[in-house]
Amino acid sequence: MILALLAVVQIGSKAFTESVIVAEMAAQLARSAGVETVHRRELGGSRILWEALLRREIDSYPEYTGTLAQELLPGRGDLRERVAAKGVVMSRSLGFSDSYAIGMQRRTAERLGIRTLEDLARHPEVRLGFSNEFMDRKDGWPALRAAYRLPQRNVRGLEHDVAVRALAGGAIDATDLYTTDAEIAAYDLVALEDVRRFFPDYEAVLLWRNDLPADAAAALRRLEGRISAREMIEMNARVKLRREPEAVVAADFLASALGVRGAARIEGRARRIAARTVEHLELVALSLAAAMIVAVPLGIAAARRPRAGQLLLGVVGLVQTIPSLALLVFMIPLLGIGARPAIAALFLYSLLPIVRNTAAGLSGIPPEIRDSAEALGLPRLARLRLIELPIASPSILAGIQTAAVIDVGTATLGALIGAGGYGQPILTGIRLADLGLILEGAVPAAVLALLAQALFELLGRAVVPRGLRL
Amino acid sequence: MLELEGVAHRFGRLGPLDLRVAEGETLAVLGPSGAGKTTLLRLLLGLLAPDRGVVRFRGEDVRALEPAALRRRIGYVVQGGGLFPHLTAGQNVTLVARWLRWPEQRIARRLDELLHLARLPEVALQQYPAQLSGGQAQRVGLLRALMLDPEVLLLDEPLGALDPVTRFDLQGDLRTAFEQLRKTVVLVTHDLGEAAFFAHRIALLHEGRIAQEGTFEELARAPADPYVARFIHAQRAPLERLR
Repeated sequence: MILALLAVVQIGSKAFTESVIVAEMAAQLARSAGVETVHRRELGGSRILWEALLRREIDSYPEYTGTLAQELLPGRGDLRERVAAKGVVMSRSLGFSDSYAIGMQRRTAERLGIRTLEDLARHPEVRLGFSNEFMDRKDGWPALRAAYRLPQRNVRGLEHDVAVRALAGGAIDATDLYTTDAEIAAYDLVALEDVRRFFPDYEAVLLWRNDLPADAAAALRRLEGRISAREMIEMNARVKLRREPEAVVAADFLASALGVRGAARIEGRARRIAARTVEHLELVALSLAAAMIVAVPLGIAAARRPRAGQLLLGVVGLVQTIPSLALLVFMIPLLGIGARPAIAALFLYSLLPIVRNTAAGLSGIPPEIRDSAEALGLPRLARLRLIELPIASPSILAGIQTAAVIDVGTATLGALIGAGGYGQPILTGIRLADLGLILEGAVPAAVLALLAQALFELLGRAVVPRGLRL
Repeated sequence: MLELEGVAHRFGRLGPLDLRVAEGETLAVLGPSGAGKTTLLRLLLGLLAPDRGVVRFRGEDVRALEPAALRRRIGYVVQGGGLFPHLTAGQNVTLVARWLRWPEQRIARRLDELLHLARLPEVALQQYPAQLSGGQAQRVGLLRALMLDPEVLLLDEPLGALDPVTRFDLQGDLRTAFEQLRKTVVLVTHDLGEAAFFAHRIALLHEGRIAQEGTFEELARAPADPYVARFIHAQRAPLERLR
């Protein structure tokens, strides 16, 4: 499946609505020009998309000039040339700018008399909640706080769309907005005036690798200067507030603005779930198989040399304590984005239960059984194969079962780094506040975990010798 | 046949000691728990290497012999039989023979002889260890040890965990078997009566050393030291009190 993707143009998008819509437009345009194209949705934040582009894991994605200049390629000189030096082509502006702004509910802002960011500095009691990316970016919260000497200390990091909803619901008083966010109008928010011009321009552009086929590049260039801020806000609103699929919204725009027709790929729910299931199973099956191949021998070694075994269990135990999200992100510099780093991370997570249960199963064999086996004159490998492993098999199998269930759950996080699977609808569902979509990922994931559990129960009947089940 | 010369094992708290077992002889190694009886058997099998001294099998230093091959010339039965729980009794008995690729016919013939010898019903072979009684499990353990027709048989408290009636039956059957087999047997026990019943000769072990070696009569008549006298008295007295 991964190989099949290599032959076609891959357009990535960040994990927020506007990026998904623009990338969908780009993909449909390329397709209408006869270029086989896939849209890899919601791969993550700016850094992940940019690295993926440099690593040729994707061929193109929508970006903003401000993000490039401040965060991805900080430095002096013409931005277009700096981008070109990385082997990347930057389109002209797509026609709209999507700046950062700090937004509040109009009612709150008026009550407190806050109109500008300078006014905000006089209200330390204002509760701030920012998107996680904004919290860490060089051009984000730390720099903004310094620029306006903002006194607020109770600042929380949230997912962007959750932050906007929290703001509308009154759980926080101010958050970072994108100026094209549909919610500004819908929730009657105001963007505080950036009087010191802290936020740079965030012109929307498309980036693509300079070796992209000319017909594809030409197709992408058709978006240059064609999308107005008003149109973008309207499209964001259709997706986020009216729950229309991005592909439909993108297709409508292409039809009306460019006269391009019929390249939207809208999958039915069943097809979508089937595709996610295949991706999810691939993540779980490959990581689990690799873990079994590595962890069972490690468990045997740990049982044979208890002291080295303790050390080994300590190390694989340590891996388990790394938060899964962090482990996934650690894998990106080594393995890029997509299924591979996710499988590697899941593999590492699966080691502990299997190593531990293999070692415990083997060391739990009573000494008189072990002595009897050795006294019979069977060589070490024969003892392992004929006696020790079969007796330890219930424990080993239980370890693999635990690993499988953990894997099924943890694999949902793979969607954060472009691995797809059941995490994808969950992620999108969180972004769109669409409970149905969240359940579309969560329910099959739970069912799969139960199936894995049941499968291993059955496997236990087949693999565990009858004498041990009496 | 078997010979220990100046053998000591620190962690097993054994020795240094000398001991010889003649071919065809049944020797009982007698002593309380912790005296080093099991360590002694493990040294004979090469499951443990002595810190000092030499263990010889038919005059050869066992360190010079291939361990697996040596062990196939020695049968070993532990208390309770030490059966592999995942295999049926039959599979337990024939495991090594099959691993050595004996022809089925040969395996069947040998099983037949052994069943007869150990007075075990053939249906017991289809059962898993968890389904066997204690006495049956012990008999199966004996069959497994005898399958390859070893030159020496080592038994570690073979009757230790059995109820008195089963124990009595098995005692009789075991002695008959030993007499028929004419094998060299080393039997470890803490029970004086059992030692006297089976063995030509008794070695009484105390704190890792041999306190006395000889026939039951010799030990009873002329104990070598006060410990031997006490050990023998302690086991005979309860029966005599009843009279």
